Amino acid sequence: MKGSINARLALPVLSLAVLIVAVFWLQPRAMSYVGINLLFNLAVPIALATVAQMIIIMVNDIDLSMGAFVSLIACITATILPGSPLLGVAMLAGCVLAYAALGALIEARQLPAIVVTLGMSFVWAGAAVLILPSPGGTSPGWLTAIMKSKPPLVPMAIIASVVIAGVAHLIIMRSAFGVRLRALGGNARAVSRAGRSTVMLKATAYALAGVFAVLAGMALVGLTTSGDANIAIRYTLLSIAGVILGGGEFTGGRVSPIGAVIGALTLTLAGSFLSFLRLSPDWQIGAQGAILILVLAARLLVRQAEKRP
Amino acid sequence: MTLSETKAGAQPAPVVMLQGASKSFGALKAMDHVDLSVAPGESLGLVGHNGAGKSTLVNLVTGLFAPTSGQVVYPGAADHAAAGIRAISQEGTLCPNLTVLENLQVVQRDLTGWGWRRLAARRIRAALDAVFPGHRIRPDMLVADMTLAEQQMVEIAIGFADGPVPARLVVLDEPTSALDASIAAELLAHIRRFCAKGGAAIFISHMLGEVFDVADRIVVMRDGRIMADRPAADFTRQGLVDAMGHVADEDHQPTPAALARVLGDKSHAILRTPEGIEARKGEVVGLAGLAGHGQAEALARFYLSQRSDWRSSARPRAAFVAGDRRRDGLMPVWSITRNLTLAALETLTRHGLIDREAEARIGADWQRRIGIRTPDMNNPILSLSGGNQQKALFARALATSAPVVVMDDPMRGVDIGTKTEVYEMIRAEAANGRTFLWYSTEMDEIRNCDRVFVFRNGAISAELEGDRITEENVLAASFEFGEDAA
Amino acid sequence: MNLIATTYRAPWFWAWVAAFAAFLATWSMSAGGGGGIALAVAALTFGSFAVLTGLGQMLVITMGPGNTDLSIPATMTLAGTLSLKLMGGMGGATWFVLLAGLMATLAIGIGVGIANFALIRLLRIPPIIATLSASFLYQSLAIWSNRGIRIKPPAALADFTTGRALLGVPNLAWVALVISIGFWVLLNRSGFGRRVSAIGQNPRAARLAGVPVARVMGATYVICATMAALTGFLLACFSGGAALNMGAEFLLMSIAVTVIGGSSIAGGNSNVPGIWAGALFMYLIVSMLNSYGLGAGVRLLSTGIIIIAIVAVASGRKAPA
Repeated sequence: MKGSINARLALPVLSLAVLIVAVFWLQPRAMSYVGINLLFNLAVPIALATVAQMIIIMVNDIDLSMGAFVSLIACITATILPGSPLLGVAMLAGCVLAYAALGALIEARQLPAIVVTLGMSFVWAGAAVLILPSPGGTSPGWLTAIMKSKPPLVPMAIIASVVIAGVAHLIIMRSAFGVRLRALGGNARAVSRAGRSTVMLKATAYALAGVFAVLAGMALVGLTTSGDANIAIRYTLLSIAGVILGGGEFTGGRVSPIGAVIGALTLTLAGSFLSFLRLSPDWQIGAQGAILILVLAARLLVRQAEKRP
Repeated sequence: MTLSETKAGAQPAPVVMLQGASKSFGALKAMDHVDLSVAPGESLGLVGHNGAGKSTLVNLVTGLFAPTSGQVVYPGAADHAAAGIRAISQEGTLCPNLTVLENLQVVQRDLTGWGWRRLAARRIRAALDAVFPGHRIRPDMLVADMTLAEQQMVEIAIGFADGPVPARLVVLDEPTSALDASIAAELLAHIRRFCAKGGAAIFISHMLGEVFDVADRIVVMRDGRIMADRPAADFTRQGLVDAMGHVADEDHQPTPAALARVLGDKSHAILRTPEGIEARKGEVVGLAGLAGHGQAEALARFYLSQRSDWRSSARPRAAFVAGDRRRDGLMPVWSITRNLTLAALETLTRHGLIDREAEARIGADWQRRIGIRTPDMNNPILSLSGGNQQKALFARALATSAPVVVMDDPMRGVDIGTKTEVYEMIRAEAANGRTFLWYSTEMDEIRNCDRVFVFRNGAISAELEGDRITEENVLAASFEFGEDAA
Repeated sequence: MNLIATTYRAPWFWAWVAAFAAFLATWSMSAGGGGGIALAVAALTFGSFAVLTGLGQMLVITMGPGNTDLSIPATMTLAGTLSLKLMGGMGGATWFVLLAGLMATLAIGIGVGIANFALIRLLRIPPIIATLSASFLYQSLAIWSNRGIRIKPPAALADFTTGRALLGVPNLAWVALVISIGFWVLLNRSGFGRRVSAIGQNPRAARLAGVPVARVMGATYVICATMAALTGFLLACFSGGAALNMGAEFLLMSIAVTVIGGSSIAGGNSNVPGIWAGALFMYLIVSMLNSYGLGAGVRLLSTGIIIIAIVAVASGRKAPA
């Protein structure tokens, strides 16, 4: 196992290293406490969303509503949580439950996740617009305090990323619970043969993903201190790209939480890198798509090279 | 030979009992009033040809489904899980994305909480060491990175491993198919040890040498019934083969097909596959042997090599008749006519549009020729009986101008009336120069062929022609006897 | 009697019932009698755009689960932007300019379709991911070529797309109708349509029956992208210029009209009349919600819920226990 995991981590770690070198070479002033924090700040919510997407991909589905869901969470966090914390928490919990119900529905009726999550993206978006019709709101004090804290030596963004990677790894890769979820993605028939309910398992997986997505929305508000119904729309493609870059696969249940977090960091850095390069903002959107295509092409080439004896 | 001794000297209660158990799948009777009981310490060898009912029996024992009538009883336990029944099957039950010890956790429910990994690793290591001493499998290896043999070793070890309910009866279905001889021998030795300590085993294998090695009692099945159930010592190799086949063999007479044909020199083969299958023009070539020994794969490889993913042709080089209707053949939304004309679409289109009259004519024509029983060929295909659906799929292939027709056990589970009609159709077409490659798991169909290639372990083990196509010869070539068979 | 029976059982039957019901409901809600004509015209106009994108998406969806074209909005934007830019910068006879614009549009559509399929086939990327990633590239291309200037369409085209020359029915609706008839013939009477349906019902069996799967798939994605490009071209002319988010709502809309119209989301069983019913129904629902004074939020919510409800009820199968 060790060898294989290390091989899969090589791509994201390498690309992150290359990007870091490139960014510091272009902008030497970024190589400071403040600079690193600024570069990787926004990676924290993206990393959380990437872990959430990773869990969905782990059970052989894909969530095209991730961006809309995180935006909804951001809206709730920015409008309701500061004033009525109990109601806010209840709503956030309700979102997680709705997410879990979605997973149960998809498994019980064998629906295609693409169409269902695409439809849900409109539901989340509609709810977000209802809660926060125009950008505004504020962040709860404690949230901003956490997200903008300045621990000594290591910037908060790095600490947070390490913690996220560590916790996700423990839950997904080390615990018995995580094994059961991954088994669902690896061989659903064997799992139901062993007497477990695939519907319950999928609902639980979606619930766990929902928790991470909620944290992503909250972290985002903590950083930007305001909300917007469209604030995280790009998280859908970003999260998918992060999972794939981190060595995950669309089917078969093979994912890497550490790789996913590294992938999120790399993609965030790539965004900054492209703007340092004075890449016209016209192309920033296209760059995200291009990165995902390039990563997939690279993976295909590696796989074909492995096959040739 | 190895019944365990109980304290009081009384007979121990059986681990599982089948009482008058029957199982039907729709019209197909897979098992017919079987009585069987397995006591602790017994090692049962289960043998039989295709369709004998071995898988059905084993699935009833392991609780995959319930019998249609009769019952399956586990004395002293609520169900198969509580009775300690473990199934080690041929179809992969491992999750390739998990490690060895994680796969153990999928089936053993008490592996949760703090330190579960250490416990799981201990259990699986102990099981692997016990069954395969000298193995080099580590509990933290990822299944996807392991060879096929190692994966099978892991599946076997999981079957024997200690768990919340100890293993009392282990069912092994062709467990050595991916193992080499020395590792297989270790497994057989472990099964003997397991039974000596009071465990029970049901062992299915086409390698009769192994069966004689391990079993103290052999059960022979045929046509869903138990034909013989005696201590292993009472069987000879010939007796076993006789019990598996139909004793009264009328096949010393050559079949009409073999009689009337003048097929020309064998070197005039119009097709040759890498595995060694050959056929002459107008020949009906059969692929025989136990199911799952490479026949379907060889057929699929040949067929796909004749068709293109990018071009369609009005004159295809080969046509395919599916055996697993739902997986490989039927278009469930369509009518009978549309299903029938699918492979011949190129010939029915003018300027891209389908000539509906020509299509209807073809439909009516084949309905008459092959005898599809339906009031209206525009009815949905699923309105037909199974046999008639199969006929429609046959007609699909025959309606093309392909000179070679590849058939993947298409008559499995079809009623005898339909079969007879289709066999005549095949003979008629062959007389007109069409070549058939026919994989079949039924002896009657194999005996309809001009030449038969028997498959074993993925390769051809025998080539039979004319009156050498007998059940005895096919059985002999399908099973491996080993040096130390009785 | 037989005609009535077959009509009742047609997959698009309930979609049309729903569409008529929605029309009546919306009409009665808006003020007075004359509103009916205006409502019908608006419904047909918007519906035409939804139909054009829906037809292409329907063809892709017919090929079975996993096949969805997520690049439709970006392709619309790209085609609308580039073709208007081309026509705006050209001199010469009107018909020549219009023809050039149309040709450019079709070329963009074919190019996008080939690019999408190349990603799917050569790089083995799942269609959803391939079209999603590629859409970002197409969008960037559109943004870059737009440069913020809103180029107006040629007057002739603007008049045509907003006009109602024949029987008071919008010209766009006639265009969409003619193309729909073409699609109907393609789907139901052509060998290509048969093959698409075969792949959707059982790709393995289709391959084994000699269907050239790769070629058919490629053609489907090209057709879908071309329809998206054409829609973008017409929408840009209709709206007086190409906007960068002009295609946004058509992604879910193209899927929605397919599903509401009775086409199976699992593939293999699609129909054209249902697309019209779905398009009209969606517009009328949105319009009804608007007339209630309900804002964008409720609109989005209800659109999403309707889609999911229909898919969950109509297309589900039991989980393999």
